[in-house]
Amino acid sequence: MSKQSGSLRRYVLTRIALAVPMVFILLVLVFVMMRVAPGDPIAASQGGKLSAAELAARRHAAGFDRPLYLQFWEYLKSVGTLNFGTTFSDNLSVRDVIIQRGGATLSLSLGALIVATIIGVPVGLLAGRFRDRGIDVAGRLFAIITYAAPAFVLGLLAQLAFGPNGLNVLPSSGQASLLVGLDVPTTTHILILDAAIAGDWSAVGDIAQHLVLPSVTLGLIIVGVFIRMIRVNVIQSLQGDYVEAARARGIKETSVVTRHAFRNALVPVVTVLGLQVAMLLGGSVLTEKTFNWPGIGQALITYINARDYAAVQGIVTVFALVVVVISMLIDFVNALIDPRVRY
Amino acid sequence: MTTTTDAAAAATPAAGEAGEPVLSVRDMRVWYGTERGPVRAVDGVSFDVRPGETLGLVGESGCGKSTLGRGVLGLTPPGSAVDGEVLLRGTNLVEQSPKQLQKLRGPELGLIFQEPMTRLNPLMKISEQFEETLRTHEKGLSKQEIRERSLEALRGMGIPPSRYESYPHEFSGGMRQRIMIALALVLRPAFVVADEPTTALDVLVEAQIIKILADLRKNFDTALVLITHNLGIVAEACDRVAVMYAGHIVEQGDSREVFANPQHPYTKELLRSTISLSTTGLHYIPGSPPDLGNPPEGCRFHPRCPVAMRGCATAEPPEVQLRSGVRSTCWHQAIEVDPSLADELGTDGREPLAAVKEISVADEA
Repeated sequence: MSKQSGSLRRYVLTRIALAVPMVFILLVLVFVMMRVAPGDPIAASQGGKLSAAELAARRHAAGFDRPLYLQFWEYLKSVGTLNFGTTFSDNLSVRDVIIQRGGATLSLSLGALIVATIIGVPVGLLAGRFRDRGIDVAGRLFAIITYAAPAFVLGLLAQLAFGPNGLNVLPSSGQASLLVGLDVPTTTHILILDAAIAGDWSAVGDIAQHLVLPSVTLGLIIVGVFIRMIRVNVIQSLQGDYVEAARARGIKETSVVTRHAFRNALVPVVTVLGLQVAMLLGGSVLTEKTFNWPGIGQALITYINARDYAAVQGIVTVFALVVVVISMLIDFVNALIDPRVRY
Repeated sequence: MTTTTDAAAAATPAAGEAGEPVLSVRDMRVWYGTERGPVRAVDGVSFDVRPGETLGLVGESGCGKSTLGRGVLGLTPPGSAVDGEVLLRGTNLVEQSPKQLQKLRGPELGLIFQEPMTRLNPLMKISEQFEETLRTHEKGLSKQEIRERSLEALRGMGIPPSRYESYPHEFSGGMRQRIMIALALVLRPAFVVADEPTTALDVLVEAQIIKILADLRKNFDTALVLITHNLGIVAEACDRVAVMYAGHIVEQGDSREVFANPQHPYTKELLRSTISLSTTGLHYIPGSPPDLGNPPEGCRFHPRCPVAMRGCATAEPPEVQLRSGVRSTCWHQAIEVDPSLADELGTDGREPLAAVKEISVADEA
């Protein structure tokens, strides 16, 4: 066992070391993308509102008149200290914006992942096991429709069907009812968790209800990939040599399917799950807009419209870092499940 | 035939039937359903295997050897059908339910595969794969007993106990094949099919595996069907040999007798095609095995047979037993054994087919 944990530790360290250049390249990309647009951030956001002298003073204060390499160094430092400066449009600390809004996006993304897993894994497994039968055809159809439908279409349909204008069973806007949201004391910035910590269970219920439609909408966007991926893997592993060998040893068919076929089929899914997190972040921007969700995605849209470069740069950097960290975590999980990865 | 006997009862061998076959196959057929219609991969095959006996099954690729082996264990793929009698100590396996067959696989029937690299579940430790196998068939075994039984089986294959907790990818191909064999044999099945167990391995490992299989029948009286392309292995390790061509067994008998004195033209051609140090030129059989979805009429080998007669193209040859005990399915031997059978070939049925064939080829051109 010691040999195995040793190789696992080595794997983790190597993987972390490899992430360093990846993060650097990402930061360069973000930095360059923010600066390829003509003009500078101050002129873009405040142009026409302030006098030329005033603009120059602001530009100097923000450091946009300095050479690019110095600006990049400043940017790197801001990333290193996780302090992304101040927004131009509303003079807030970018870091505070990310922390405050990030909680909402996190709960939405987790909710979506849970929905996608609860629906996607069983449907995918059954579709693969009962290939070309009813469940498979229905599952494939469901997968392709949800995958093809844009987030706002699904979201609007869900709102129409279940919201106040439809069946009126679920709230379709915001993270909580107005008064509930204000009452919950802030500790983690994840509203449902804060309500639970405060012991306010009626608030937890209210927040959970608000989570349903946005989570399902965002979850459905990625569930198609889950279903198709798992289905194909199950079909492949059911034809696998070790499955036939297990049958030849007289292993019970239920064990053959679950222990041998399903388990092996789910390994690559973990990787896909990681890749889907990036898609979740993209999808959350649209879903948050649709459901008026006070998350980081909505903030991003607001700041892009305001041409607030400091805020956009900060948020995009955090998105990029989150994707890197998650993909690293996924690799660790993979190494834990599949002994072959460690080599 | 006690075909209705329940599987568990049949599993206990009666005393004093050592000479009785463990497995008797009678007129077994296996079909695969395809878009072009049924393909008869195994078409009316009969043979016996006695305790401690090794039957070699040889023939070209695609002649139905592997299908035959899987058919016996009820492991043919979905969309296929098995017919005939496969009697395991009197129990007809063809009539057993999937559940009953599953219970027999492991303690009664074993299968050793060709590809050692992919036959072990990569996510499970060797120990877990043994535990699963033993637990399935012998409920109530303690963890200690399972460990002892598994380690004993592994030791028999030369795998040290220190490797018990390792994963499959930590072993070489030869070691994996030995682990596979240990796993298939840990329950001491009475009948084992080894489907080209050495094809993917180098000659030294091959010799090891053959030795292991030979020890097996010596120590445990296991009945073995050894499917192989390697006629050398058959000569060395098999008591009897069955030669398959296009879903039929065309010749079977004592392996020394068959090798020393092959009867069926296909066996002769197959033996001529083997390479040895004294080989001066390569011999091969022109053409390829027939499409089993649409096999030739008469004798299935007649289009490639160097001594085919006109009658061979229309009448299917009967299986006859020769004085040596060898059974052959060829008109030449049939007429030898019973000259009256010649009538079935028609008036000029004993004329060589070759001349006729040449004309037809010219016509087509």
